[in-house]
Amino acid sequence: MDYLDVLESQSIYIFREAYKNFKNLCMLWSMGKDSTALLWLARKAFFGHVPFPLVHIDTGYKIPEMIEYRDKVAREWNLRLVIGMNKNALKEGMHPDQGRIKCCTALKTQGLKSLLEEKNYTGVIVGVRSDEEGTRSKERYFSPRDKNNEWDFRDQPPELWNQFKISFPEGTHVRVHPLLDWTELNIWEYISREKVPVIDLYFDRGGGTRYRSLGCAPCTGSIKSTATSVEDIIEELKHTTVAERAGRAQDEGRGLEVLRKEGYM
Amino acid sequence: MNKTPTETIEHFDIVIVGHVDHGKSTVIGRLYADTGSLPDGKLEKVKAICEQQGKTFEYAFLFDALLEEQEQGITIDTARTFFTWGSRKYTIIDAPGHKEFLKNMISGASRAEGALLVIDAKEGVREQSKQHGYMLSLLGIKQITVLVNKMDLVDYREEVFRNIEKEYRAFLASLNVHPLFFCPVSALEGDNIAQKGPKMAWFDGPTVLQALHAFSKEKPKVDMALRFPVQDVYKFDGRRIIAGRINSGKLKPGDMLVFSPSNKTARVRSIEKFNCHTPPTNAFAGQSTGITLDEQIFIERGEIISTEDNIPMVSSLFRANIFWMGRKDLQKGKRYLLRLCTKEIECEVWEIHRGVNSTNLETQEAVTSIARNEVAEVTIRAKSDVAFDLYSDFDSTGRFVLVEDYDVSGGGIIMEYISDEQESFRKEARQRDIHWVKGEVKLSDRAECYGHRAAVVLLSGTDDAGKIELARKLEKKLVKEGRHAYLLDGENLRLGLDLDLSGTDSSETIRRLGEVARLLLDTGMIVITPSINFSQEDFQRIKTLIHPAPLVSIYVMEKETSSPPDCDHLLCEIRNHEAAANEITAKLKEKGILANIVGPSTFCYTI
Ligand SMILES: Nc1nc2c(ncn2[C@@H]2O[C@H](COP(=O)(O)OP(=O)(O)OP(=O)(O)O)[C@@H](O)[C@H]2O)c(=O)[nH]1
Ligand code: SF4
Ligand SMILES: [Mg+2]
Repeated sequence: MDYLDVLESQSIYIFREAYKNFKNLCMLWSMGKDSTALLWLARKAFFGHVPFPLVHIDTGYKIPEMIEYRDKVAREWNLRLVIGMNKNALKEGMHPDQGRIKCCTALKTQGLKSLLEEKNYTGVIVGVRSDEEGTRSKERYFSPRDKNNEWDFRDQPPELWNQFKISFPEGTHVRVHPLLDWTELNIWEYISREKVPVIDLYFDRGGGTRYRSLGCAPCTGSIKSTATSVEDIIEELKHTTVAERAGRAQDEGRGLEVLRKEGYM
Repeated sequence: MNKTPTETIEHFDIVIVGHVDHGKSTVIGRLYADTGSLPDGKLEKVKAICEQQGKTFEYAFLFDALLEEQEQGITIDTARTFFTWGSRKYTIIDAPGHKEFLKNMISGASRAEGALLVIDAKEGVREQSKQHGYMLSLLGIKQITVLVNKMDLVDYREEVFRNIEKEYRAFLASLNVHPLFFCPVSALEGDNIAQKGPKMAWFDGPTVLQALHAFSKEKPKVDMALRFPVQDVYKFDGRRIIAGRINSGKLKPGDMLVFSPSNKTARVRSIEKFNCHTPPTNAFAGQSTGITLDEQIFIERGEIISTEDNIPMVSSLFRANIFWMGRKDLQKGKRYLLRLCTKEIECEVWEIHRGVNSTNLETQEAVTSIARNEVAEVTIRAKSDVAFDLYSDFDSTGRFVLVEDYDVSGGGIIMEYISDEQESFRKEARQRDIHWVKGEVKLSDRAECYGHRAAVVLLSGTDDAGKIELARKLEKKLVKEGRHAYLLDGENLRLGLDLDLSGTDSSETIRRLGEVARLLLDTGMIVITPSINFSQEDFQRIKTLIHPAPLVSIYVMEKETSSPPDCDHLLCEIRNHEAAANEITAKLKEKGILANIVGPSTFCYTI
């Protein structure tokens, strides 16, 4: 087994544990490379099926191509989509100009919270990786959230020998992280090996720039790059020392820790 | 394009442990900084934040990412970090040293293949230095290198290093652990981390970077016997797929598999894989896979698959070493949920033989409870049979966790098999079932054709409550409906099969009754057995012998006076035997033993 096989096998194991043990399970899909690779892994775990709904929190500021891509893949792969949106905040004119933390809290965290509440999901599969940033490096594969969606990183349950947090009191839920061991490079290598169809925003489409990480249009910068294929990206990554989320505004200072503690992905 | 194939790169999981503040996070921070492994600007950024907040810069802040960790200057939870050097990629897990966070250290260390253990040169060997060493040995991590850090604080004196080495080496030896190296380092100054410094010319061993490279990869488990715990059973696209991850060994289509503890057998029909045009010809250790079988046997999550020639042990009792992480003490006589691979079952801490203080290894006999962070030698009694191995033979099927209040609260490794009262009967049943010569008609064929599964209905109860009459009526009703049922009265065995027995050999009488029932079950029959005076033990023995066929126990009472034993259905003061028989058939339907429709149907007796 090569290392991608090892990573794949562990992710599949986690998927199957989640599916077996959570009655009301969903998976977040942002159409980015990570959650799309995650979706592919789900299909591997369940032999071509995705036996739970995919949740997308639409902030209303997503790059339009992302929505097109979402609906196309959903049709082709026979996915159940559940879309969440904080319409009230948008109606009241929520915009990154009002402060990014405030905007993210309203559109992403709040949008997700109310959807989770409405649908009563007890297990939420999320494609975070521990190499993304500091707080994520401290996550568990199965990470409990309390009634207010908060993450108590001071007191996380032990996790050993692939025995996870699969039982929990009423009112709480568990975030499941099958991609925790993967790095950005592993994801691209896997996408290349498996020929996972990713959105073409990741590639230079003639202008000499591309996105390295996808989010909302106003807050995600593109990087200078002429990579036009997955293989080009892999080559580029092997030589870069710039952090992946450098283009993401909300990561500045302690922004992400505060956001994550309150339930941000 | 010069693409390096992923195969040639080796991956390695390392944990770094030791007493609080001895410099673990600093060692890693320094290692990353000195090998140019940090993203652009990360070091400068952390330095700027420190300056802005009037704090001195710490390398540890690179990984102690939580605000609270930086404020208190300690690591709270493990951080997973990634590091590439030469042909190796490392995942380095930075564990906390503070004793409050031992469970976090264990979570991080449980997945490591090698460990760096850090000891402060000035403070020397402290409580968690020992405790962590002990935990590593319990977790089965054999490759350990000890770093004696902060050598700058003791003027890089060799004698300080040698004394610590001597003391700690002796301690590890008492645990039968033999470290690869002891290295004197200064994480603060960067001595012996990525490069040798001039200050410790007396030391000719490796730097931390070289010591990492000296860890060797465990050999793959493909060549060991097959251990494949059933994780789930799926029904997709008309196939019934047994899914799980193979812990050791390999399998291929056509192989005969044994499921434990149910003792069922079946052959592999196919190996299933998504997005793969020619189906795989084998599956092996490490893979999360799925297989279909040549026979529709009823299999549940938790069973362990092996081949016939090397089956796991089965008992409800075993002896284990447990480290406890729960909020409440571990208590003798208390019930916990036991999870071993994918098996989940209630268990009781039957005996605590002794407690071990995990910081000084002192033992205490005759204890009834074990506090958090301590270790105990215990006997565990599960509610029913569990398949397992000794930890020394197979690590993944030889360890388990105990769950209390929703959380994993203890980890245990199995040291010894203990035979319980059922042992001889279980052995008989296992040998018989594994080697049973099957015809072409499968149990599932019979079930489908008859519209019911094979099962034993055991009627017991107080004298004169009408069990025998009820058994007769039940047989009659079932047969009239078109089911295949037979009244097996123990009395009839006495008239023939048991003639050679003296009236007192009750154990042999029960064994024969069980074996006859087993034969009838193999014909697809519903076996109705009224019992005159079964003891609880007899009942268990019959269950063991006919296992895993369902046994439905009906208890009949004359009056609602005595407290009835555990049973599936209770009948009081039977006036009308036919109505009572109806109640029992309803119960059989509810349990999925009888199909609603009589005769051949699409009755699915699996899942
Ligand atoms: N003088 C000196 N100080 C050091 C050295 N290594 C670490 N320190 C200091 O020791 C203190 C603790 O270091 P950490 O790296 O946070 O210790 P740790 O082992 O990770 O601590 P926990 O994770 O909380 O258990 C910090 O103030 C470091 O600057 C060293 O080699 N020499
Ligand atoms: S990323 Fe930007 S636009 Fe999107 S929610 Fe956050 S602040 Fe608002
Ligand atoms: Mg630390």
